[in-house]
Amino acid sequence: MRLVIALLALIAAPLAAQNAMPAAPYAYTQLDDPALEAQATELMETLRCLKCQSQSINDSDAPMAGDMRHQVRARLLAGESPEQIRSWLITRYGDYVSYQPEMSATTWPLFAIPLVLVALVGLALLGRLRRRADAGDAGDMGDAA
Amino acid sequence: MMRALYLVPLALFLFFAGLAAFMLNQPKQQDVPSQMIAQPLPEFSLQPAIAGMPGVRRADLVGGQPRLLNIWASWCLPCIAEAPHLEALQSQGVEIIGIAVRDRPEAVADFLGRYGNPYTRIGADDISSLMIEIGASGVPETYVIDAEGNIRYQHIGDVRADTVPLLLEKLEEVR
Repeated sequence: MRLVIALLALIAAPLAAQNAMPAAPYAYTQLDDPALEAQATELMETLRCLKCQSQSINDSDAPMAGDMRHQVRARLLAGESPEQIRSWLITRYGDYVSYQPEMSATTWPLFAIPLVLVALVGLALLGRLRRRADAGDAGDMGDAA
Repeated sequence: MMRALYLVPLALFLFFAGLAAFMLNQPKQQDVPSQMIAQPLPEFSLQPAIAGMPGVRRADLVGGQPRLLNIWASWCLPCIAEAPHLEALQSQGVEIIGIAVRDRPEAVADFLGRYGNPYTRIGADDISSLMIEIGASGVPETYVIDAEGNIRYQHIGDVRADTVPLLLEKLEEVR
C-alpha cells in the first residue's frame, strides 16, 4: 500500500512542479481600486482559459489562466480600457479567446441570419394575412348575395 | 408539388440531427493557433533561466540566419520526448533559442543535464508574458523566426522525428 501511494505521488510530481513557481503578482491579488477590480472581473469572466477551454480565466486555477489575469489587472492599472485588453488578446489568439462574440468577417452571418429569417417569416405572414383578408371579403360578399 | 414542400422542415431537422451526431463523434480540436504568424516578434527581454547561459532579448533573434524559438519547461513531459529531436535540429546547424516557462533554475539545470542542451540561450518566462505576447497557448511550442525577427511558423506540441524535416523546410523557406 505504501508503495502504491509512493508511486502515485511520483506520477503527480510534474503537477506539483508546475505550481512550484510563485504565481504572477496579480494572478490571485485583487486591485486596490474596487471600481478597477470590478472592471477586471467583468472582463476576466468573458475571456476564455486556453488550457481549460470550457472555463473563463476568472474561474480557472490553471497557472496560465493566472498569468492571463495578471495581464488583465496590470494593463487596467496601467490605464488601458477593458476593450483594448480584449482586442490585444484577440490579436494574439483570435476570436477564440473571447466569450463575447464580435462582429467580424467570419462571424457576421451569426448576427445576420436571425434577422433575415425573422424578415422572411414576417413577409410570409403578411402575405398570408392579406390573402385571408381578401378571401374573407370575397366570402362576405358571397354570403350577402 | 405542395405536398413535397411539407417535407422541407423534416429534411432540415434530419440534416441538423445528422450533423450533430457526426460532429459529436469528431475528435475535439484542442489547439489554439497563434494569430501572430507573419507578425514581427514583440519587444521583450527575459532574464537567464540558469546561471552560465545568457537570457533572451528580441535583438537576439534578429540578423544572421532564421532561428527556432522553443517554448518549453522542465515540468513538461512532452518536452522530454522532443529533446532528442531538438538535438537533431541543432546538429544540422539550426540555432535554437529556449524559453523556460514558470521554471526554477535548479529544475532547468537538472533537465538539461538529463536530456541534453540544444539551446544557445534560455530566457526565463516566469509569468508567461512572452507566451501570451506571441499567442502561445501551451508547452511545448516551437516557432520559426526569420532573420528580420518576424514570426513565420508555429508548431504546436512536441517536435517529433517527422517534425524535424518539416521545420528544416520552413527554416529554408524563410531564409
